[in-house]
Amino acid sequence: MARNLITRENLITVLLLGALLAGPLVAVALDETFYVTLATRIAILALAATGLNLALGLGGLVSFGHAAFLGIGGYAAGILATHAFNGEPLILGLSGTKNMLIIWLVGAVSAGIVAAATGLIALRTSGVYFIMITLAFAQMIYYFAISWPAYGGEDGLSIFVRNGFPGVNTLQPLSFFLLCFAVLVIGLIFFAVLKNSRFGAALQAGRQNETRLAAVGIAPFRIRLAAFIISAMMTAVAGALFADLNRFVSPSMLSWHMSGELIVLVILGGTGRLAGPLAGACVYVMFEFLLGGMTEHWQLFLGLVLLAVVLFARGGVIGLLAGRARHG
Amino acid sequence: MSLTLLIEQILNGLQFGVMLFLMAAGLTLIFGVMGLINLAHGSLFMVGAFACASVAAWTGSFWIGLAASLAAAAAAGAVIELLVIRRLYDRDHLDQVLATFALILIFSEGTRWLFGSFPLYLDIPPLLSGAVSLPGGSSYPIYRLAVIGVGIAVAVGLSLLISRTRLGMRIRAGESDREMIAALGVDITTLYTLVFALGAALAGLAGAMVGALQSVQVGMGEPVLILAFVVIVIGGIGSIRGALFGSILVGLTETLGRVLLPHGLGLFMEPSAAASIGAAIASMLIYILMALILAFRPQGLFAANG
Repeated sequence: MARNLITRENLITVLLLGALLAGPLVAVALDETFYVTLATRIAILALAATGLNLALGLGGLVSFGHAAFLGIGGYAAGILATHAFNGEPLILGLSGTKNMLIIWLVGAVSAGIVAAATGLIALRTSGVYFIMITLAFAQMIYYFAISWPAYGGEDGLSIFVRNGFPGVNTLQPLSFFLLCFAVLVIGLIFFAVLKNSRFGAALQAGRQNETRLAAVGIAPFRIRLAAFIISAMMTAVAGALFADLNRFVSPSMLSWHMSGELIVLVILGGTGRLAGPLAGACVYVMFEFLLGGMTEHWQLFLGLVLLAVVLFARGGVIGLLAGRARHG
Repeated sequence: MSLTLLIEQILNGLQFGVMLFLMAAGLTLIFGVMGLINLAHGSLFMVGAFACASVAAWTGSFWIGLAASLAAAAAAGAVIELLVIRRLYDRDHLDQVLATFALILIFSEGTRWLFGSFPLYLDIPPLLSGAVSLPGGSSYPIYRLAVIGVGIAVAVGLSLLISRTRLGMRIRAGESDREMIAALGVDITTLYTLVFALGAALAGLAGAMVGALQSVQVGMGEPVLILAFVVIVIGGIGSIRGALFGSILVGLTETLGRVLLPHGLGLFMEPSAAASIGAAIASMLIYILMALILAFRPQGLFAANG
């Protein structure tokens, strides 16, 4: 796909990433480490929402259950760290670990398996059924986490010391931020490559016109299932990072509010756009921070703003900045 | 595991089922007629419960509270239909999901602002307090039986309304072809507001009745909403009959699963493990049920529109 790389949208993506990178560096210079945490949160949420954007933006699969995958990643981090901490073997004599690479792998594979199982059923349906079924499966996992006492049940699970990455001191906020930022950049590159691949083209064609896709001899089911699984795996890695950021994982990470928030991030930024989730996460976290500082009822105003965006500003932040998406 | 306990749990399941029906009927009606997916339906349930609890505390009468809950939920439904929902009918489901998600945030936080974070309590009215005896020597609260009665009455009333009245005829016509009935001179905007308010009132009624059984608090509508979604997915979207059947099925499965699974597992496991695994599986049971049904009938049991 030889396309002009210097588009307005790509410039905005680079600018957003630059701003996200510069923010914490300035903050550390000014000794304001709180803002580093804020930026880390943005990077992680942007990664999770980029995962969702694969299914929702490219494939048109409105998954209202992506919190399940975020939570599975989070619990992978929490459970493996707990076992590494208390030395009890996990299953089949395998021990826990504090190595993020292994945790991400375990989280992503577990989420992929769950996505495959639920996707097989959910993708038999479409439209509003798909929304409700993904929601219902996520709730199933949510209630399972609540009523399973071995890993904290309703109270959740603490990670006493943040997990490690080879060669990086993750205990230092700036290093942890840079790690999350790097994973986000890899995720965005992956999204861009996938979007411009033949697989991505088929996925988007299936969203736009299923009959036409079938007419060229491509069955949408397997493509969608693959997209759903990849999307879940990416969100799960974000979940593991999120658990490490908070050093805590609880069923609330699996709740349907979280699924709603992920959808909000994608739409706020611009559905199906490369930098949409990043822009959405920036706006959302800033909003949460600024309004949360002013009133404890900030969610009320968040709701009003959201309503205004849905009703009047379609296309999200990227849509406003870079114009309408070019389909193709 | 005695027979009495079983009867008691079946009644509990029925009571839970008819309450789910009140939620699911409104949801499915709104989806069937207007093609709209309303996540804020749980908020209307909460509005009903809060209206009933606060008015009952203020006037001292549960019955005035019950009337207030119907009025408040219907009014809230009509207002959001006029201000927000009617702009969403010809949008895709994603926009509807997002906008009604925003409404949840507004309703929950608004309620917390008005009533504070502490739960309210609503007493069972004296007329319905007390219990009747069941065969086998135990007793069952009259109030729960009354809830079952109200649910059955609403189911019958709703089916008569839809099959026998002029409004019902218009609702059915609106389900099949909205342009045609608009062309025939039916004021479709008013019809939609009316249907939405009716669905809201049913949710409010459910909220008020449940309010006397558990504490009235912010967020109480959301678990019920999700179960109502499961119900209409199982029953088939847009079908009142499916909603009734699905509600009873889900109500019984949920209630009986919680009692029977730990018992059943206890037969071949040690009790503490059976209790915790049983509880964990029981919480997933209705979703497993949903998955099984959908694996064979992707459009639900009583799909209304093919």
